[in-house]
Amino acid sequence: MSTYTDTPQEEIVDVAKAGAPTFLKVWIALLVMTGIELLLTYEQVPTLIMLTALLGLSIIKAALIIAYFMHLKFERLSLFLTLFPMLIFCIILMMIFLADAYRIPLMRPPQ
Amino acid sequence: MSDASIALTSAWAGGKSPYATNSKKFGMWLFLISDSLTFSALLFAYTYCRVVEPNWPKPFQFSPSIIFSSIMTFCLLTSSLTMVMAVHAMNHGNRKATVRWILATMAGGIAFVILHLTEWLRLINDEHVTPFTNPWGVPLFGGTFFGLTGLHMTHVIIGVIYLAIICQAVARGKFKFEDVEVSGLYWHFVDLVWMFIFPMVYLMSARI
Repeated sequence: MSTYTDTPQEEIVDVAKAGAPTFLKVWIALLVMTGIELLLTYEQVPTLIMLTALLGLSIIKAALIIAYFMHLKFERLSLFLTLFPMLIFCIILMMIFLADAYRIPLMRPPQ
Repeated sequence: MSDASIALTSAWAGGKSPYATNSKKFGMWLFLISDSLTFSALLFAYTYCRVVEPNWPKPFQFSPSIIFSSIMTFCLLTSSLTMVMAVHAMNHGNRKATVRWILATMAGGIAFVILHLTEWLRLINDEHVTPFTNPWGVPLFGGTFFGLTGLHMTHVIIGVIYLAIICQAVARGKFKFEDVEVSGLYWHFVDLVWMFIFPMVYLMSARI
């Protein structure tokens, strides 16, 4: 009967390659982007442009956190390809229903 | 080299770890991906309800709501920095520094929860918003808002407890680098989710 053993240490990718200066730069970048989001809120930009800008900045912030803080940048590509395409695909599938939300207000009888 | 021999020497032929990672970390990644789908569905539900209802309330005034939520964002971002420093210190075998960085991370998490609860109480007591009713006649606002932010706050509270367990074990010379790294993955995920909740829920409903 075979016994289970985890991945040998020598096979594991060393992900702790980035140092404190890199983490500090990423943290500052995240704070700056949060500041831009706050500024945009009070700049009276059209809702659709604001939504696009806020979502875009959020995606960049999420990517920075995943890449540097969660060390995914230093992992094997196979790990990224196993996890993320499925997630992105499912989120896009969910978004298909958003068009329905725009239809519902138009279906309400006039008051 | 024949196709068969290429297949046998590939990382997927068996006997090797194709991801070159340990099972704890891979397990945490799988959990985080499934949790991402839960939060995506809740954020989607919030956005859907918002688009459907033209009179969606905007209860978040600059002071105190937006100021509070901005400080909460700062707390979580800073706690992510301290957490990554804890992982870094543990990788260098410095357990004392690891404990200090984890304690700083927990402080950021606790500050976030206190501020969030204060904001919730203000909404409930001053604006009379509950999960089922509110003065603007849009009951879905309370349901989606408390559902989404409540699940996130639960994650933060669980994260603080998780880090406390890791911290005391590291202080006693137990646990390895990978255990601290896996707890770090969870904490960064909590931070990451807030990066979407803050603009989508608070900033998009700010009272200008």
